[in-house]
Amino acid sequence: MAVGTESQRHSSRPTALGVRFLLLCGLSLTLLIIDQRENHLDTARRALSATVYPLRVIVDAPIAFWRWIDETTTERKELLKESSRLKTERLLTDARLQRYAALEAENARLRAMLDATTRVRDQIRVAEILSVSPNPFRHSIIIDKGTRHDVYDGQTIVDANGVVGQIIQTGLMSSQALLISDPDHALPVEVNRTGLRTIAMGTGEFDRLDLPFLANNADIREGDLLVTSGLGGAFPAGYPVAVVDKVTFIPEESFAQVSARPAAALNQIREIMLVWSTRANTESEIVDE
Amino acid sequence: MSRDRSSRPIPILLSIVVALMLAMAPMPDWAAPYRPDWVVLTIIFWSMNLPQKYSVGYAWLVGIVLDVSYGTLLGQHALALSLIVYLTVKFHLQLRLYPVSQMALTLIPMLAIYKFILFWINGVIGIQTPLSAYWGPVITGALIWPLVNLVLQTVPYRTRAH
Repeated sequence: MAVGTESQRHSSRPTALGVRFLLLCGLSLTLLIIDQRENHLDTARRALSATVYPLRVIVDAPIAFWRWIDETTTERKELLKESSRLKTERLLTDARLQRYAALEAENARLRAMLDATTRVRDQIRVAEILSVSPNPFRHSIIIDKGTRHDVYDGQTIVDANGVVGQIIQTGLMSSQALLISDPDHALPVEVNRTGLRTIAMGTGEFDRLDLPFLANNADIREGDLLVTSGLGGAFPAGYPVAVVDKVTFIPEESFAQVSARPAAALNQIREIMLVWSTRANTESEIVDE
Repeated sequence: MSRDRSSRPIPILLSIVVALMLAMAPMPDWAAPYRPDWVVLTIIFWSMNLPQKYSVGYAWLVGIVLDVSYGTLLGQHALALSLIVYLTVKFHLQLRLYPVSQMALTLIPMLAIYKFILFWINGVIGIQTPLSAYWGPVITGALIWPLVNLVLQTVPYRTRAH
């Protein structure tokens, strides 16, 4: 061996290092393969993420503290102004809700006539975003609700304006969600005006979704609202997703180039809402009949 | 070497926790691709200076924590990090003699290997990201090394008794 007297004192060191490294390599590869193929490691991951959770809270603390300062030091006048603004807004929404209630009643009646099951309202709960993915090509966020708050894999998350994404991994106190703008994400949508069904794919840009499977003769134009179709089962139907902002028909290609701008402000949100879809219930009702 | 054994673990663990927090802290969109790999730099520093105690095993554990906090496959960062630490420990006698600037230069291929392993595993499981996206942290990591080195040297990890 070419090593000097120093390492003779720890004569087993150099080989031990290599052996340990090879063992750890093997262990990593085994873990990688198990984690990729199956879900056995979910409990281990959940336990570990519980230990990382305090770190996330500490990292988030300065921002939370700043917002707290901001909120508590807001001037009384501004608070009054905001309160009156919120009151007007509430009146408006109430008015809109009244009409909605009437519509809902009518809808239930019509559905009853058609012998279809009535849709039950979705349950919603607010969650805060703890951190966003450090990898700019992976649009995912960590939120502060986990299995303790009944969050489940595949759950839909929305903000005040539209669909944000879905939960892909749940921890005890926090969970990870994939945004609809992630390049790997696709969701079934329909055009609100015509009922035309298609798929909206993420592009890796926060302000653009692509609709790659629309034929050149499809009835779609700029300004069309896309809503979730509920097909595929992952997302509840009827939530706004995006507004079509560019349609290019290319006669020599089989599909048109259509892109849309997400309704939710994907890179500006702080709070999101978790939706407990009641789709499972309606399905079981159908099975019962 | 006798110093090596009498190092104090708590300041070192704290420095790693701080590095983990820096790695998780939110950054503006334009800066995110250039975030240095704080954890890797910190781990390299400790395994270079205290190679007997902070070797591949502990690097692997920190890698698992990184995997959990980034939501990547378990073992991905662990594998990359333990390879880097293996190289660091293997050549720690040389690396310790390098002046800071030369060490920073040496970090470029090391961080590149680290990033390449992450890229490679991502490729195998089908997460496509352009290779160019991995260069930012390699460069900023080498550039920020003198500062990291300076800060970590002030960590009181040595016990009084020699």
